[in-house]
Amino acid sequence: MYVSVKGGESAIANAHAWLAERRRGDAALPEITADQIAEQLGLAVERVMAEGACIDRDLAALALKQARGDSTEAAFLLRAYRNTLPRFGYAAPLDTAAMQVQRRISATYKDLPGGQVLGPSFDYTHRLLELDLAGRKGEPDPAPQADTGVTPMPRVTEMLAREGLMARDTATDAEPPDLTREGLRFPAIRALALQSMARGDEGFLLALGYSTQRGYGNAHPFVGEIRMGAVPVEFTPPELGFAIDIGDVVVTECQMVNQFAGNNETPPQFTRGYGLVPGQNERKAMAMSLVDRALRASELGEEITAPAQDAEFVLYHCDNVESTGFVEHLKLPHYVDFQSELEKLRGIRARWAADRGEKS
Amino acid sequence: MTNAPTSPDRTDRQIWMSVLARASAEALREHLADVPPLPAHRRLKGPDTGLVMLRGRAGGDGTAFNLMEATVTRCTVSMGEHMGHATVMGRDLAQAELAAAIDAALQNPELRDALMASVVEPLAASQDSARAETARKAEATRVNFFTMATMR
Amino acid sequence: MMQPGFADPVLDAQSAFRAVLEALSHPGRIIPIAPAPIPPAPLSPAMGALALALCDADTPVWQDGGAQAADWLRFHTGAPFAEAPAAMFLFATGRPPALSTLNLGTDEVPQDGATLVLNVASLKAQGTLRLRGPGIKDEVSLGVEGLPENFLAERAALRPHFPRGLDIVFCCGAQIAALPRTTEVI
Repeated sequence: MYVSVKGGESAIANAHAWLAERRRGDAALPEITADQIAEQLGLAVERVMAEGACIDRDLAALALKQARGDSTEAAFLLRAYRNTLPRFGYAAPLDTAAMQVQRRISATYKDLPGGQVLGPSFDYTHRLLELDLAGRKGEPDPAPQADTGVTPMPRVTEMLAREGLMARDTATDAEPPDLTREGLRFPAIRALALQSMARGDEGFLLALGYSTQRGYGNAHPFVGEIRMGAVPVEFTPPELGFAIDIGDVVVTECQMVNQFAGNNETPPQFTRGYGLVPGQNERKAMAMSLVDRALRASELGEEITAPAQDAEFVLYHCDNVESTGFVEHLKLPHYVDFQSELEKLRGIRARWAADRGEKS
Repeated sequence: MTNAPTSPDRTDRQIWMSVLARASAEALREHLADVPPLPAHRRLKGPDTGLVMLRGRAGGDGTAFNLMEATVTRCTVSMGEHMGHATVMGRDLAQAELAAAIDAALQNPELRDALMASVVEPLAASQDSARAETARKAEATRVNFFTMATMR
Repeated sequence: MMQPGFADPVLDAQSAFRAVLEALSHPGRIIPIAPAPIPPAPLSPAMGALALALCDADTPVWQDGGAQAADWLRFHTGAPFAEAPAAMFLFATGRPPALSTLNLGTDEVPQDGATLVLNVASLKAQGTLRLRGPGIKDEVSLGVEGLPENFLAERAALRPHFPRGLDIVFCCGAQIAALPRTTEVI
């Protein structure tokens, strides 16, 4: 129960003014612009786009600036803005096989068509702070270019599927459910789980994915493939009636290959967990694919023993805007609730004391 | 998906609309400077910004799911007897209106050749060369394994 | 050439939305919509305004106004067309489909029930319809001419399904009056 409280207007206005001053920081330093954030803190921007569930690099950069770098607050801002816009329609499913690949690696095959392409990765860096980056380091040398471009890269999972060793995901024409239009219902179908995790909190998914590797769930995962790059976005405007490309979106995709013991109908084979996130973020794509596979336990007839296999647990708690809302609502006035708790406690204590007094 | 732009049988209009969608307002204006000014157009709808829900497929090729939305801007204009349209990612109203006007003009046979030569083809070429550069940078990071067989 | 939609897409849509809200919260009250667009006949201006204010890519629509009306609705709202039982909004310029065949929602999600927008020959503040229910103090009357035969009986037959049901908006020129599912015609 809440009680309406008035007052505090000037306190709030002053708090916001102080917030603006804090956000600006030391006025002797130049103010950072959203463009600079978009270009130079690109991975933070991409995390905000993912968790804000809205692909718009400039807005995500602005949100990060406004939120003083707090990515969850920035995601909240982006979600709020997104809610003010009409939805024009639905794009065709992204064809990640047609990706213009910048990075593609496989941990299951060393030599595979198209090869292992490292791309702009932190992997193999020594994780030593580059002290000369603290100021303005100046322009780096341009990245080297080969004489020819990368060659086509078939999906690793397709290679396994052709041998009959990998379960295929059957494509259907069914309209997928939409988390933003109808609430979660259980048992949740996989399409809903994937949508939920794509916008889910990276840290939460990372911890859950890690838990499946440490024995909470029966996972034996291999990275079949990770690929990152731009994919054309194809949309059919109702006014036109035919499909056009409306641009490109950079995404990271992870195909996690897992053992499956088989059952009476199905021979032992590999199954996959899938992760797809906007931007370059393979930590989240990998975590998502681990949890996706864990969530398929009931579909595959596996025993559900771990949190990552429990769809209600995962999907009800992976959204950081929702989680923040409910955790932080505890800051709101609970004066009346608390008064009643106080009175109840005093009463119980009085009875407790009286009981002891009678017995002694 | 018969009219998919990625399919080889896409129409000229699908191709030029896909090129215009990837060009900034600045790039469009720059190339328009090389042709006589476009005839006046009238706005029929927009330019206005909204969202398109992007989708993926489980496993890359399985059941479709809703990924998340992206901002897009659309515009429909009339130019003489032709209607031009653009839907482009992002929130640049000027880009959408310019692209819609160019789309309308390209449907006019008297204007088409000059616009193709001065606007669409140069934009397509620069988009292709940017793609090729990315592909060459990626290829430069492809690992060449030195196995015992190749070292011997 | 395509007829325009709202002159000011944002403000005019908000005014139209407000008008529908007024009409549904005061069943039987005649509410003008201004400014209203001029859609292709036989869509009425009020009907056009409702379509522009309420329909988008997420609302399957059924309509019987012919090809020009369909083009106009598709262009300005982006709404997909559907068979009557699957439609969320129905724009009927002639006899509407049998009401019992339309989407009445479910007991769990009754608000998914369709909204039927119907052109009528005239709307008058006094008339033969006597209405009772939420949003009405005691009783109001409404004059509607040009209702399809048996329309009120078909509507009354849906009453046992409540809270499932249909919400109905009558249009005449640029005026509307509503019969939400909670309103009883006595």
